[in-house]
Amino acid sequence: MATLEHSETPGEVAGDGVRRRDFINIAAVSFAGVGAATVLLPLINQMNPSADVLALASIEVDLAAIKEGQAIKTIFRKQPLFVRHLTAAEIAAADKVDAASLRDPQTLEQRTLAGKKQWLITMGVCTHLGCVPLGAGEGEVKGEFGGYFCPCHGSHYDTAARIRKGPAPKNLEVPVYKFASDTVVQVG
Amino acid sequence: MSFPWANHYAPKHPLMRWLDEKLPLPRLVYNAVGAGYPVPRNLNYFWNFGVLSGAALGIQLITGIILAMHYAANGLVAFDSVEHIMRDVNSGWMLRYAHANGASFFFIVVYLHIFRGLYYGSYKAPREMVWLLGLVIFLLMMATAFMGYVLPWGQMSFWGAKVITGLFGAIPVVGGPIQTWLLGGFAPDNAALNRFFSLHYLLPFVIAAVIILHIWALHIPGSNNPTGVDVKGPQDTVPFHPYYTAKDGFGLGVFLLLYCGMLFFAPNYMGHPDNYIAANPLSTPAHIVPEWYFWPFYAILRAFTFDIWFIPAKLLGVIAMFASILLLFFLPWLDKSPVRSGNYRPAFKKFFVLLVIDVLILGYCGGAPAEEPYVMISQLAAAYYFAHFLIILPIVSKLEKPLPLPNSITEAVLAKSGQA
Amino acid sequence: MVRLIAFLAGLGFVGILLYSLIMGAVSFVSEPPAKTVEHEFHLHPKELHLASDGPLGKFDRQQLQRGFQVYKEVCAACHSLHQVAFRDFKDLGFSEAEVKAIAKGWATETPSVNPETGEPATRKSTPADKIPSPYANEVAARAANNNALPPDLSLMSKARHDGGAYIYSLLTGYTDQAGFKNHAGQELLKEFPDAKTPDGLHFNPYFANLNIAMPPPLAADGQVTYADGTVATKDQMAKDVSAFLVWSAEPKLEARHQTGVAVMIFLLIATVLAWFSYRNIWAGIKH
Repeated sequence: MATLEHSETPGEVAGDGVRRRDFINIAAVSFAGVGAATVLLPLINQMNPSADVLALASIEVDLAAIKEGQAIKTIFRKQPLFVRHLTAAEIAAADKVDAASLRDPQTLEQRTLAGKKQWLITMGVCTHLGCVPLGAGEGEVKGEFGGYFCPCHGSHYDTAARIRKGPAPKNLEVPVYKFASDTVVQVG
Repeated sequence: MSFPWANHYAPKHPLMRWLDEKLPLPRLVYNAVGAGYPVPRNLNYFWNFGVLSGAALGIQLITGIILAMHYAANGLVAFDSVEHIMRDVNSGWMLRYAHANGASFFFIVVYLHIFRGLYYGSYKAPREMVWLLGLVIFLLMMATAFMGYVLPWGQMSFWGAKVITGLFGAIPVVGGPIQTWLLGGFAPDNAALNRFFSLHYLLPFVIAAVIILHIWALHIPGSNNPTGVDVKGPQDTVPFHPYYTAKDGFGLGVFLLLYCGMLFFAPNYMGHPDNYIAANPLSTPAHIVPEWYFWPFYAILRAFTFDIWFIPAKLLGVIAMFASILLLFFLPWLDKSPVRSGNYRPAFKKFFVLLVIDVLILGYCGGAPAEEPYVMISQLAAAYYFAHFLIILPIVSKLEKPLPLPNSITEAVLAKSGQA
Repeated sequence: MVRLIAFLAGLGFVGILLYSLIMGAVSFVSEPPAKTVEHEFHLHPKELHLASDGPLGKFDRQQLQRGFQVYKEVCAACHSLHQVAFRDFKDLGFSEAEVKAIAKGWATETPSVNPETGEPATRKSTPADKIPSPYANEVAARAANNNALPPDLSLMSKARHDGGAYIYSLLTGYTDQAGFKNHAGQELLKEFPDAKTPDGLHFNPYFANLNIAMPPPLAADGQVTYADGTVATKDQMAKDVSAFLVWSAEPKLEARHQTGVAVMIFLLIATVLAWFSYRNIWAGIKH
């Protein structure tokens, strides 16, 4: 906008004062540019999760019906969530392992809430390439370490859902959760 | 382009020179809407509406593509998905109101653009092709707007789809099968909704393509101007950029002020309340009307109330409605007056004013209920509409004695500023 | 040639239209269209002023909460509000915990499936749920209401001309048909003796065809007890629930008004700048 081709135009603009008055052109174009950039914000933000999706970003799970040794698969943020009621033997098996020797060193304590060691709550998403591991459902293969087994590329997780064998780099992710009451967990 | 004194694109920066050799896109823009396109220096504000139409199409494309990310074209969920956009999607209410009101403002600026062309004789030689392509754009816009209005799947959407496809049912013998084929069923339902969505998404890009042709065709003779006199030399023109880009920038500001005023403070003013009721095939709204921009044509459709010999009134109405648009394609050959601008045609000017009033009356009647006196008024107004283009204009162009034309644009400009 | 054909076609269209016009005019004069009772006795909505009116309008949250109470205790027995989710009530000024309690305690539960048997069942609602409909489906709704369908109220104030004012007028507009006179002083039953409201319907001059299936929902003052101490007259309840339904149809109204003001100020400055820039560039060029 600033480069006016005065030589080409009829009715030549008076020579002096032109540069000073170019300021208004620059101001107008810059102002419009700021406006256009501001308009981009809602156009980009509309792709973020909508209010109804966010409303389901936090769920409550009732633990009352899950017996010792059982696990359930539920859905959290449109992905599988494993809630497992560990047996004393499973807890012992998990505690026996030296955490420092693991690929992703974590103890069972670090992966559960204090005083609720028997409740292992993890995402059902293999940390390798995102398949759903087996082991939560009744009669499913639990893998060599008695926890979860991902059939896609053979990752084995132990009873604390830690990666023990196979290509997965990390333990199954533990989401943020808290106990709303003794039998109800609020996830997310 | 066709003016020898047009500025030539001469990139200074080596990168721009390199680009110009490989892909001369900047050159194309420079020659089309940049400093390389000489434009008559005397254009008035009515010449802003071409660029504004392009801006309106841009707004519709952007908001439309975004809405399509959230909309679901299925009869069971379409209405709720629009409400989902209005309530839950981030800024969804703004995007949807921008699109709905954008359609109205697109038509407002295009109607002004068309009437500008009608008054200043922009349809006449050597710009017939510009006019014809413009009419193609207008027809595509009408189809797009109609199908877009069906998508929210409210009562007016549903019954509008039923009534408009019903028009095709008026065609003898093949009408019924054509209507069924258009709908993919016996009444508007998922099949119709889905194909309307598909075409509603496609046609705007076709419009954009025809706009390119429209501008291309315009650049061969160059822009018309309020005197209608041909450009004679460099003194008659200024480069499009920065002169008309600056003027269009101001015009765009005014346009956006009006548009955003509507969008944010009266977003449903131009809509119909019934479209906030979900489609119900078992209950017809008390009075079905299309969107306001179709009202003049809707009035012509409804003005035919009597069968003539063997032709049923319904078919006559449909023929007349289509004829009212198609006759515009013949306009360059109906109006033979060598003078373009209405400013120098005293009789034409009077009839033009009558036409504008007539179309406004038709629009009013088209939005009113189908009862007296609106039917009689629209019959009179429709009669004038056809008479204007098919009878009056050819006769006037033959008999009228035009005022003396200025020798050149510059002379006209200097005469005007001399008076002032 | 083109002009000859056009001339003939033009004469054809004009001829047919003028013929239709004359025939229409003749029949209009010889047998004028009968006046309808709706045309003569339908009333335009009364005026209603809400805090949300106008370009700077904001909701009166106290009033919305009262209106919500009226909806919940009176309307919700028959009318669904299915575009609105419980979480949306945070907009009315309720806290997260209050919204949770409202969802949990809602008279109608959310449809679900019995996890043991797969039979249809219901469960307590959560804030993420939409307001459950009081009837399972349209057939059930009609069966319970003398074959009239209570419409969904989510968008009611946008689905009628004059929105909130219409709802307010309708709720307070029930009156005795006997002796009802219009503004011209004509008495309805004298002018249209056949238009007597049928049994099972209720006369209401603000309703499109004057006879509405819904019995007067706000029957007596004090039908609800407002927590904020406002006296619950019929008029007050009607106003409050109208305000609530204006909100339910357009919950983003405040954001729209605020964004709009900012956008208009920006555009005004931008347009003024553009005008000066335009004048600057054109300075000295006669046009």
